[in-house]
Amino acid sequence: MRLIEEATIVEHAEFTAGYRRLVFQAPRIAALAAPGQFVHMRIPELSPEALRRPFSIYQSHAPYLHVIYKPVGRGTQAMMHAPPGETYNLIGPLGRGFPVAPDGPPPVFVAGGYGVAPLSFLAERLPRRGVAFIGGRTAQDILCVEDFASRGWDVRVTTEDGSRGERGRVTESFDRWVAARKDAGPAELFACGPEGLMRALGERTATLGWQAWVSLDRPMGCGIGACLACVQHVRDDGGKVAWARCCTEGPVFDAKDLVWDGVAP
Amino acid sequence: MTAKPDLSVVIAGIRMKNPVVLASGTCGYGPEYADLIDFNALGAITIKGLLSEPWMGNPPPRLVETPAGLLNAIGLQNPGVDAFIADYLPMLRRYDLPVIVNIWGRTMQEYGEVAARFNDVEGVHALELNISCPNIKAGGMEFGTDPKVAAEVIGLVRKRTRLPLIPKLSPTVHSIALFARVAEESGADAISLINSVPAMVIDIERRRPVLSNGMGGLTGPAIRPIAVRLVWQASRAVKIPVIGMGGISCGRDALEFIIAGASAVAVGTANFLDPGTALRVVAEIEDYLRRHGLASVRELVGTLQFKQGS
Repeated sequence: MRLIEEATIVEHAEFTAGYRRLVFQAPRIAALAAPGQFVHMRIPELSPEALRRPFSIYQSHAPYLHVIYKPVGRGTQAMMHAPPGETYNLIGPLGRGFPVAPDGPPPVFVAGGYGVAPLSFLAERLPRRGVAFIGGRTAQDILCVEDFASRGWDVRVTTEDGSRGERGRVTESFDRWVAARKDAGPAELFACGPEGLMRALGERTATLGWQAWVSLDRPMGCGIGACLACVQHVRDDGGKVAWARCCTEGPVFDAKDLVWDGVAP
Repeated sequence: MTAKPDLSVVIAGIRMKNPVVLASGTCGYGPEYADLIDFNALGAITIKGLLSEPWMGNPPPRLVETPAGLLNAIGLQNPGVDAFIADYLPMLRRYDLPVIVNIWGRTMQEYGEVAARFNDVEGVHALELNISCPNIKAGGMEFGTDPKVAAEVIGLVRKRTRLPLIPKLSPTVHSIALFARVAEESGADAISLINSVPAMVIDIERRRPVLSNGMGGLTGPAIRPIAVRLVWQASRAVKIPVIGMGGISCGRDALEFIIAGASAVAVGTANFLDPGTALRVVAEIEDYLRRHGLASVRELVGTLQFKQGS
């Protein structure tokens, strides 16, 4: 179920250097939100003709709904100074999130940058614990480590410049861990981050024979399945290549269904 | 207290509670909006363009935001007529809502085949004929920018369908009046306009078009003044009703089209920003009629106070 709600900003401040957190009073959406889902936000600071912007949900404790963002584009820069008390029109919760099963193989999380936000939400709802790989360009881009550590997760941080945790890419750290655990049996991957990372993880888990869930971040139009802008090639049940909408069939996909390369429409 | 203004209109034989329609391509096949807005309160819904078989459309990127508008090149992705009838139409029949189906073909013959497919189908009230999509190589706009070809495809579909026929006209023609008349003479029951305006956005860093298709169709408030002008010219050229569209996002916008000569209007891109736009437009039209002491929206159609200089 999804709905349209006028949400009041109750808190809006720096989260960590370069990132901000918005907390809305959005009781109806917050009550329904699940990890991996998103809200489609109308930003009143933009012109009234501007499209909504999708934000994945970081935390949801009704009546409060949290999102984390990095002011990089026109929309996120415009909303930077939105004061508490202002109302934002939200549609949500939207899309298919991560499965939250009580039992299953050990969970492995891989996050790139602020892709960590929905995984933090998932760590809160998923009764299982495991290993969380959190990667970013620099120490500034490493968020939410405590969210996992405090819940008993084994957190492995990597930065490309070595300013925090291991130096390198998050996939290198992941590969070393996989190699070290040898025949420990399949794990279940949950990942969110840049598309290249999602694809790389999809290829690795296919080889490993793991179940893998990856979240794709795509520019969106309507966010509710009508405009067909955010499409991704997938293999359907019959093995045929078809389009899936990241806003509706996604943003979380079973990695083995995704088709990445040059399939002629 | 004044009586409630009459918002009802009859377009191409379709009785609508009010003149506000959801535009093709912006409201999917129904379920995308059905849980967010009251379908029973709309004038009509226009289903996204259907072909005889499923069609993949263009690869992404398919959409880019522009100043006061959107540029899209979806490329008419659709599940095909049969899937629409089986999977979506039953749900639409549950509402007291006229359903207009937008159709297209890759060949003249295919337009006729797709149209004929609806003759024995319950719950479809009219066909909108897409002869003006800028985003596909075959079909679409090439049928709508040559008056002889337009006459032929409209005439052919006219023979194949029992349903009211509404050709959707392209804005990129020298004389919209000519194409409006061609549609009327070829058997159209109404016309709708405008389709999106062919346009382009370039990524200057990569020196490539932003959209995979190169160009796309521009919609949204950016094209509204173009659309108002074309609706004004088209409606003066024909007796059949005009459904006006292009960048409508509030009652004021819709009223421009109605005063210019549109008997009904369609809300398109604005649905993406606010799914409730069409219903807000209805309320704002009603408010205008009240303020101006008009008993019916029909009294307002084509009442532009302007005579072109002789």
